[in-house]
Amino acid sequence: MNNLVWLIPTFPLLGFTLLLLFGRRLGEPNAGWLATTMVTGSFLSTLCVFLGMAGKTSEERVYEITLFEWIPSGELSVGLGFLADPLSITMALFITGVSALIHMYAIGYMHGDPNFSKFFIYLNLFVFSMLMLVLGDNLLITFLGWEGVGACSYFLISFWHEDPANASAGKKAFVTNRVGDWGFMVAMFLLFFNIGSLKYSDIFSSVIQLDALTQTTATAIVIMLFIGAAGKSAQFPLYLWLPDAMAGPTPVSALIHAATMVTSGVYLLTRMNPVLAEAAGWSSDLIWIIGLFTALFAATAAVAQNDIKKVLAYSTVSQLGFMFVAVGSGLYVAAIFHMITHAFFKALLFLGAGSVIHGMHEEQDMRKYGALKKVMPITAGTFIIGWLAIAGIPPFSGFWSKDEVLLAAWNENKIAWVLLLIAAIMTAFYMSRLVFMTFFGDKRWAEGEEENHEEDEITPPPENEGKNILNPHESPALMWFPLVALAGLAATAGILNLPFSHNTKYLEKWLEPVLFGNEVHVLASTSTKWLLAVIAIVGATIGVLGASYVYLKKRVNPAQIELPILQDAWKFDRSVSNFMGGPGRKIFEVVTWFDKTVIDGAVNGVGKLTQNLGTRLRATQTGLIRTYALGMVLGAIAILAYFVSRMGF
Amino acid sequence: MTFAMAIGTEYYLALSALLFTIGAGGLLVRRNPLIMFMCIELMLNAANLAFVSFGKEMNDLGGQISVLFVLVVAAAEVVIGLAIVVAVMRRRPKASIDEVSVLRG
Repeated sequence: MNNLVWLIPTFPLLGFTLLLLFGRRLGEPNAGWLATTMVTGSFLSTLCVFLGMAGKTSEERVYEITLFEWIPSGELSVGLGFLADPLSITMALFITGVSALIHMYAIGYMHGDPNFSKFFIYLNLFVFSMLMLVLGDNLLITFLGWEGVGACSYFLISFWHEDPANASAGKKAFVTNRVGDWGFMVAMFLLFFNIGSLKYSDIFSSVIQLDALTQTTATAIVIMLFIGAAGKSAQFPLYLWLPDAMAGPTPVSALIHAATMVTSGVYLLTRMNPVLAEAAGWSSDLIWIIGLFTALFAATAAVAQNDIKKVLAYSTVSQLGFMFVAVGSGLYVAAIFHMITHAFFKALLFLGAGSVIHGMHEEQDMRKYGALKKVMPITAGTFIIGWLAIAGIPPFSGFWSKDEVLLAAWNENKIAWVLLLIAAIMTAFYMSRLVFMTFFGDKRWAEGEEENHEEDEITPPPENEGKNILNPHESPALMWFPLVALAGLAATAGILNLPFSHNTKYLEKWLEPVLFGNEVHVLASTSTKWLLAVIAIVGATIGVLGASYVYLKKRVNPAQIELPILQDAWKFDRSVSNFMGGPGRKIFEVVTWFDKTVIDGAVNGVGKLTQNLGTRLRATQTGLIRTYALGMVLGAIAILAYFVSRMGF
Repeated sequence: MTFAMAIGTEYYLALSALLFTIGAGGLLVRRNPLIMFMCIELMLNAANLAFVSFGKEMNDLGGQISVLFVLVVAAAEVVIGLAIVVAVMRRRPKASIDEVSVLRG
């Protein structure tokens, strides 16, 4: 059933085309249902391919199909082809699965939006691009998807572009991503220059068998790929765009900025693992150090955010840092494992947050929440499962995958392990803070009149001044069903890769054919691993208890923890924008001047020259036929004279 | 055949050159479009004659084949050219070829 691979991206592409043509006519909610159906179809075909693949031996699981020659140009020949192997199908499975649920959720969430069908056009286009990124059999197809998801991310962040803040958040994401894309492109050029092909199978065979890359070249390629990955996967210092990307509608944050698109950098580096294996050791070190730094940095910022989505955004940045630690340490399976579990629980958390925001009438400030457990029981219940999963409480999925990543850090460097453990404790802390502030504790909003539960403007009665008058309500079934499904996945996804024996590490065995033996195996004894796991559980518990100490029992003033500098994410974002707005701008003005006068000057100069020459030459075109004939005859005579002179008469 | 052999290639070439010169000269000095057409045909056929002569001399069929191409091109050219001339003449019966310069783009 492997030859069904092309169907996977075709469904969302079809959905995109149909919605583009008939979206407005379909209207709400049919446009949303069409999009959801298409993504579900895509999920089902992925499932078929997966089942077909699972029935084969591990050597036969890599399958390539080229639909047509896309760019035949001299030595560069790029086909539009798909590569179905355990890695790409694993990615495609959770991408289409989570996307289908989020599409369904979005039908409820976007209810009443004037651009309802447009939203689903972008969502389907995004899913198509993401699947191209994952399934492409060469780097250029992956790059096509890479740019596609970037563009969709831009469209969706600034979906409500009437507000200038949203529009500029979209622009920020786009520009920051371009920096990363530059790295990706240079890596592609280097690979083509040295190997002569962009196809993954060609690259891997020539790297592994022919030793086609010198260590220096391989290192340069890895660094460039890492810049690309850092841009897309929001690693320091290119993470800047992700917290701002929360300006988009919440389903977008769940789908693009938590579950799928931001993981593509991890996917790219895992895919290119043979090149990483050729590169100098310090490039891998750089990857895990940046990952570790990002994990810690973002976790500190998440502690002090008051916007519920900002907490989750910094948390995403931090968790992506965890994945990069695993990639840099060579534990690719741990990275992919954490990516999958993260996709489930972070999508769940974002959708839960969306449900809360929806119920609280677009209020995102957690300081105005509290005690929502009673009014939103389903949202609260599923959110708590997501919280326990991300905090690393067994047996929920996040514990198992985070444990693997911590093991990766342990294997690399003991100090790194300590720092990553601190990041994990902080994760437990800030997530507990979020849950306690939102669902537990005191009610910091006031209930409105019962008959006013429509979304009308309500004037506050005088006794409730200063508090928001709201009627929080549970979201419709269309929204809570995806929550329940994701909660189930977030709770149980740990069974994908249980560390008890080699036989229960299903994911590791499954991914073996795509890792070419580059997976690092941790040489720690079982008792050490148990000890580390227990320490991780204790750490997570400390984080949760610490948060309850501060936010439930109020023994400590939260202001002592939520320092303004943390709220500002160490002022990094501000300094970058200040620099770019001030002295940085001068540099770019010089570059712009160079571009305008020298480069544009050369291009326009050629144009002007041709124009002037044409004006002069026009005078010779008199329209008098005999003049032309004379010219021809004179020319013939001149040629004749030339030959005669050559003959030497 | 023997008769043709006796004449020799250079005579044919000389005739070809003469015909070409007459054609070229006529094209330059006459203003009647029809006469000019005849001059062009003369030049083309002079070229044909040269082709055939050289083909015979060098024992190469290519010369004869080229002639066929030239004939086809000449026929096509006459079809289009005469159509234009007829169209012009209908509007201005006494037009000389120089007046066609209004057709210049």
